This record gives sequence, C-alpha cells and structure tokens, in this order.
Amino acid sequence: MIEVKNLTKKFGDFTAVDGISFFVPDGDIFAFLGPNGAGKTTTIKMLTTLLHPTSGKMLLDGRDPVTDQHEARRSFGIVFQDPSLDDELTAYENMEFHGVLYKVSRDIRRKRIEQLLKFVELWDRKDDLVRHFSGGMKRRLEIARGLIHHPKILFLDEPTLGLDPQTRNHIWSHIKNLNDEEKMTVFFTTHYMDEAERVAKQIAVIDRGKIVARGSPQELKDQTRSPSLEDAFLALTGRTIREDEASAIDRLRLRRRMRSR
Amino acid sequence: MSTIYILWLRQLKRYFRSRARIIGSLGQPLLFLVALGFGFGPIFERAGGGNYIQFLAPGIIAMSILFTALFSGIEIIWDRQFGFLKETLVAPVSRFQIMIGRTLGGATVASLQGIIVFFISFLAGFRLMNIALLPMALLFVVLIALLFTALGTAIASILEDMQGFQLIMNFLVMPIFFLSGALFPLQGLPKALILAARLDILSYGVDGLRGTLVNGANFGLATDFFFLSAVVIVLLAIGSYLFSKIQV
Repeated sequence: MIEVKNLTKKFGDFTAVDGISFFVPDGDIFAFLGPNGAGKTTTIKMLTTLLHPTSGKMLLDGRDPVTDQHEARRSFGIVFQDPSLDDELTAYENMEFHGVLYKVSRDIRRKRIEQLLKFVELWDRKDDLVRHFSGGMKRRLEIARGLIHHPKILFLDEPTLGLDPQTRNHIWSHIKNLNDEEKMTVFFTTHYMDEAERVAKQIAVIDRGKIVARGSPQELKDQTRSPSLEDAFLALTGRTIREDEASAIDRLRLRRRMRSR
Repeated sequence: MSTIYILWLRQLKRYFRSRARIIGSLGQPLLFLVALGFGFGPIFERAGGGNYIQFLAPGIIAMSILFTALFSGIEIIWDRQFGFLKETLVAPVSRFQIMIGRTLGGATVASLQGIIVFFISFLAGFRLMNIALLPMALLFVVLIALLFTALGTAIASILEDMQGFQLIMNFLVMPIFFLSGALFPLQGLPKALILAARLDILSYGVDGLRGTLVNGANFGLATDFFFLSAVVIVLLAIGSYLFSKIQV
C-alpha cells in the first residue's frame, strides 16, 4: 500500500507539490493524473526516493522512503518515462544486473529472469543487445526488469507514451495479470485518459501541486457530469494550456531523438 | 561487494563490445605520435633533445588515458537521464559502491587504452629502456586512469546536460594536456609556463611514465607517485560526495 500525508516539495520559492494526501490500498490500480507541470513527476520522484520532500510523510508498504531508504526501495519497482536500460548490454544482462543490485540470490534470480522474460514474451531475444529493441520491446523489458525482486508496488511513469495501440494493449494486459495474480499495487501516471478510464480502479487528479479530485473513474465522471474521463479531467483542470519551460531533461530528450535518426 | 563488481563488469563489457569505438579512439593518439613524432623529430634531435619518439610516446600514452578516463566519467551526464544510472540510483545500494564500481571500471578501460597505445608506439619506433621498471610504469598508468576517471565523475555529477561539457573540454582538459610536458620538455621554459606545469597534475603522471619507460624523470619518481596518489584520494572523496548528491 501507499500512504501519503501532507506531502510538500518546494524548489526555492516555487511550490511544486503542496500538501497532498492520498491512500492506495494493497492490490489497487491507481492512476495519478494531471496537466503538465502539475507535480506528478515530482511526487513520483519523492515516492521513489529520488527527491527529498520539503515536508510531509510517505509510507511504502509500511516503510518510510526518507528514513528507511534501502527497505523502501526493495518494496517497489519502477518503469521510468525515459528508458533506463543499458543499450549496450543484452536483455538478459540488463535483467541480471537488476537482480544483483537488488540482492536477489543467484538461483532465484535465474529462475525469475526466465519466468519474467517469458511473461513479457522476450525470452527468445534474451541475448540480443537492447540497442536493437523497439520502443515497445524496451518498455516490456523494463516492466519485466522492475519485477525481478518481486516488489509489492509497481510505479509506472507514462508507461505507454509513444507506443502503438497493440503494444499498449499488450502492456496493460500484462500489468493487469500481475495485479490479479500477485495482488501487486500499481501506481501510474498517464496522459492517455482512455487507458486510465479502462484500467484504473482509483484516480487522483493533481493540478498546480494540489489534489483536486479523487475517486473511481465513474465517480469522477458523475462528479463532473461528464461522459468520459477525458471530459471529466478537462472539467476539473480547465482547458488552458499550461506554460512549461524546457528543462535539462527536455533538451537531452531532443538530443536523443536526433541521435536515433 | 558484488555491486561494485557488477558495475565494474558493465564498464568492461561496454568497452569490449564496441570495436569501432576502440579503434576510433586510438586514432588520435596514433596521429599525434606519427605526425608530431616524425614531424618534430629532426628538429628535436638537432637541438640536442635526443630521439623525439622516445620522448613523445609516454606523453601520448598519458594522453589516451586522460581522454578515455575523462569521457567515461562524463558519460554519467547522459546515463543519468537515459541509462543504467537512474536504475542504480533507485536500487537499494549505496551510492558510494556505485561510484566506486563505475570509477574502477572506467579506470580499467582507460588503462587498457593506455596499454594498447604503448604497444602501438613500438610500431612508430619506440623502444623500452628498462624492462624492470615496467610494473612501475603500469602503476603510473593506473594512477593517471583513476585520477581522471574520478575527476570526470566529479564534474559529471554537477553538470546537468552536455553544454557544459564543451567548456570543460576547451578550458580544462586541453590545458591539462598541453601544459603537462607530454609534448615538449619542461626545461628552459618561461617561468609562467613552468609554474603552470608544476600545478598540472598530469605533469607528474607524464613524468612518471617517462621515468619508468624511458629514463629521465624530472620531478623524481617518488614525487610523482606521491602527488598522483594524493590527488587520486582527494578526487575519489570529492567525486563520491558529489555523486551522492545527484538528484535526477
């Protein structure tokens, strides 16, 4: 489960996350939605120990990511928005490294790698360099990798961004299977409202650092009297485009796209 | 322990898998050796400096170590957002172990490059003067490699994108290389240049290599070893502190 109480993050004068609170019970599929710059990524970074909060409390499976970093890290797996695989290693090697880093003992590791690679249908490509994988394959590999240490919680930051519908469908059915079978809690962010509507059991909408709505997809649609989640979202957060400044990561992303041409 | 090993292993696998990159990165040292070696050779000899290839080779070996080591440290900038590093930052392992594993791996790769250049220089006419000192020469290779990998790591921990990298190349790495006595002897130079060379830590590395491979250590092998080791320790400390502060 995930518990967040009055979580705040300030960058100098700017308050990115402003005293948010929510609770995700075990085995839930939770969507964290919001416009650009709302504070989604900052929140995920705090939950996954990449950023220190300014104030507030978090608990991941009962562990505090700030004071109990290593234990908290063991309790979750994460698939980042940008691939964090090593392009010059094989799929198997990427999995192996993760296993070693998370201190999974050798025999268990080998078994799980095989099991997971077969689960995401990449076992026959296990000795290929990740460099040659398509975006969808990389994402599947990252999901498999995130699960080697059998985490209770899986974080996904825009997991299907840029993927074709078949792959998106495939990825979500993998995740839903895991949620069904292992009772794994799933916490994800996305801009694809249709996916969130189909997959999420609970949703929180964040805007300008504050949570503006919470509930099941149906509840949000009822609350705003909207036919779809996308309409509900627009009703809650308005239709103006959010001003955004290109940060370092955006510049790097641009470079990366240029590189791969 | 296995964390450090796996990160070290990863650097090595990446190195050996890219034959094109290995050969490509040997191009510049080879070019310098041949063009400058045979170009300046006659003048150098006439001025009483002896065989220029003998003088130059240790400098070129140091050059290849310097660039390879620094680049593997700088790789962190890219890795931070798109690579393995993010994955390691979120894993339940200490940042220190990650940094040490990476640095040792990068230093090993840089040392291997230096050793390859060493063998290539034989093709250009370099002759080893004292085979008994070869282990000591290897020690200097490793020290230079460690030093600059740690430096690259420290710098990369502060930079967020590749823009600052150009500045670093032009205002830090090039001066370090050119003022280190790799290409020309440090005797009889204007006072300012001699002072700059004395402050340049690579000078001690080049001197140490020259002293063990050729004979003719200006500052003395002990001094070279002492200064290099001291700076390695300081940079490892600074590097691991800065690395631990990385926020993605």
